[in-house]
Amino acid sequence: MADPTILTTAADSTLPFDDAVSGAVLEATPNGLVVAADKLLELATYLRDQQGYDYLSMVTSVDWPPYFEVVYYLYGVAKPKDLLVLKVRLPDKVNSVVPSLISIWPGADLQEREVYDMMGIRFAGHPNLRRILLWDGFQGWPLRKDYKESYYEEDTKPFKSRHPDGKHLWAEDRVPWKDNITYPVAWDPDLFTQPTVQYRKIMGVDAGGNGDGKDLKTERVLINMGPQHPSTHGVFRMVVAVEGEQVVGLEPEIGYLHRCHEKIGERNTYIMNIPFTDRLDYITSMSNNLGYVLAVEKLMGLEAPERADYIRVIMAEFTRIISHFIAVGFLFNDLGAYFTPALYGLRERELILDLFEAAAGSRMMCNYMRFGGVFADLPAGWVERARDLVWNRLPRVMEQFEDLLAGNEIFLARARGVGHLSAAEAIAYSMAGPMLRASGVPYDIRKVQPYSIYDRFEFDVCCRPEGDVWARFRVRMDEIYQSLRILKQALDGLPEGPIMPPGKRQYQIRVPAGEAYSRIEGPKGELGFYVVSDGKPNPYRYHVRAPTFINLTSLEKMCVGHKIADSVVILGAIDIVLGEVDR
Amino acid sequence: MVNLSDSAEGPEGLKKNVFLTTIDNVYNWGRVRSMWPMAFGLACCAIEFMAMMAARFDLSRFGMEIIRASPRQADLMFVSGTVTKKMAPNIVRLYNQMAEPKYVLAVGACAISGGPFKEGYNVVSGIDKFLPVDVYVPGCPPTPEALLYGVMKVHEKVMGQSVRTAPWYKRDQLNEPLPMPVLGPDLYNPKDRDALKKLTAAKVEHG
Repeated sequence: MADPTILTTAADSTLPFDDAVSGAVLEATPNGLVVAADKLLELATYLRDQQGYDYLSMVTSVDWPPYFEVVYYLYGVAKPKDLLVLKVRLPDKVNSVVPSLISIWPGADLQEREVYDMMGIRFAGHPNLRRILLWDGFQGWPLRKDYKESYYEEDTKPFKSRHPDGKHLWAEDRVPWKDNITYPVAWDPDLFTQPTVQYRKIMGVDAGGNGDGKDLKTERVLINMGPQHPSTHGVFRMVVAVEGEQVVGLEPEIGYLHRCHEKIGERNTYIMNIPFTDRLDYITSMSNNLGYVLAVEKLMGLEAPERADYIRVIMAEFTRIISHFIAVGFLFNDLGAYFTPALYGLRERELILDLFEAAAGSRMMCNYMRFGGVFADLPAGWVERARDLVWNRLPRVMEQFEDLLAGNEIFLARARGVGHLSAAEAIAYSMAGPMLRASGVPYDIRKVQPYSIYDRFEFDVCCRPEGDVWARFRVRMDEIYQSLRILKQALDGLPEGPIMPPGKRQYQIRVPAGEAYSRIEGPKGELGFYVVSDGKPNPYRYHVRAPTFINLTSLEKMCVGHKIADSVVILGAIDIVLGEVDR
Repeated sequence: MVNLSDSAEGPEGLKKNVFLTTIDNVYNWGRVRSMWPMAFGLACCAIEFMAMMAARFDLSRFGMEIIRASPRQADLMFVSGTVTKKMAPNIVRLYNQMAEPKYVLAVGACAISGGPFKEGYNVVSGIDKFLPVDVYVPGCPPTPEALLYGVMKVHEKVMGQSVRTAPWYKRDQLNEPLPMPVLGPDLYNPKDRDALKKLTAAKVEHG
């Protein structure tokens, strides 16, 4: 496979587009362009069609005291180094409305719903604007700064004392409800009935109703898959409308593992968030650590010593191998190869986890990276064990995987042509990682915008033109080979030296005011950490751009027209991890 | 278990082949060696559960490798991960759908108390607010070894039970299904109805 051509990076584009869409940009700040809400659609259309910003990477919002700010991060697939940040300020906090960008980038769908769910900002023109992570009827907008959860103690950690009068106080004992709940005044459980959820996208389908009355009177049925279902990879639920066996509509329903990551993250100090990032995508904790520390280092202007950089890359690539082994293994699980391939994947995972445990002290939740370096140096003998894995064991395992899986006829029959997504669709839906590359877009952040020291290594971007489940499988397999290539170079080049910058280790770090978005090529796609600092010891806003969450946006697009059994395979090929989807 | 050869009486040929034991012993031994867990992963801990099933730790040594997706066929529920408010009604429903005798293992800090996410607005402070839990396995996540130890503890508990006193064989002691939590403005446990009404009427809104 040839190296992807990195297209020329345009010089600073002419800000602020006033000649094209007059009056759209109100202000050009170092952190982005402030856009008038009523001109947003026009400007976005212009940026996508004329300026090549075709990839909407992230939508989020910040609750500043005078206004809400909706933040859009735009990239262009063809001009990857250019980043454009759009911000819409909404001074009316009671009735804040911003036009929905779903007509321009369908990938905004779930993200806009998340912003609505978390901050109560409405998106005019969104066809399905209802709560996504929480349930309909939940009281409050959690990520607003004035929201107080039931166990609220103080705005920020560290809390003053958990031991007043020398005695430990349970959270349950502090609150009148004796539990993690809050109810509105005079709420009466006897009079309450749960509101029915309107699945707007597939509402045209009534359970039990007949189809259009053609020769075959197939019944249209709504099927609920999950949250307890063996093929949903966790507590994911999808509502599928089927006609016979054919999927005619689908709506993902998530939030069953919404652990309030961002709210807790904003109460935490910076360093307290590192172990929480482990639990985002719990299969790839090292990559999550890396993404987060890079974001904060960007804010602090800190650089890791060379040895720490190498160790980080080694850990991140081992993590990618684990993730892809599990993804491939469980994809076959979904296809009916009950557990054998998954067990092979898990077997190799154990060997890599042994290395993690030796270095970090914990097998799964490594909590290994720190701002400016890594937590501990590699123990004696570690490199030798890693070399043995990389040079001897894993290539053999890959041969085994190829023999067993890649040519399997049943697999080919079920994966080829299933869940097709063209390159243009993949970009429009903000797909990331192997999903995007399997649709023929050679977009790998390690290559197009190298972070850490990825620019020193030789590797190829794995890309397939087919855009189906088979291509996604193939891209993941090929990426394991490329990871091994990087690992070989990194293990050979691993220098001696310090693993942290000189000086005493700081637990209370100073982060200057500002905002940073750091994106890395996580195993599942573009993993972004958006950190806004106001100079205090805690992040003012902390948002995670979760690749699998946004990859779910296109699930309906991929599934419609296929059999219901295929929707399981298509979901398996996205490789979702609910800890990251729901956060 | 006693071999008949230990006692003086009986024909010589039978002595080496006949064993005496109690019904409870055999019955519980059978239950322990064919305890089917439910394929029910909530969060991170479910990955360690899979690791426990996989080659290195090999849960099938105990006859437990048959992971059932359907609660009707399962004996043991691993509540493996953070219980969120949105998920709590489903967990109680799954528990109610399991046939007796059934056991619950709370895996990890989250399922025990809410763990690191305890303060989260969508997190339940421990599954034992809704389900009777038999064994708690702490850890974040517990290592597969710790999980195996927890499973052994369930086995111990089962071995100590008796057919004669087990409630699920008594007609008059049939378990009522647990009340289902409701997703209102916040998670509502019908069990707490009276206390809750008193507080909402007293206009307590926040602690």
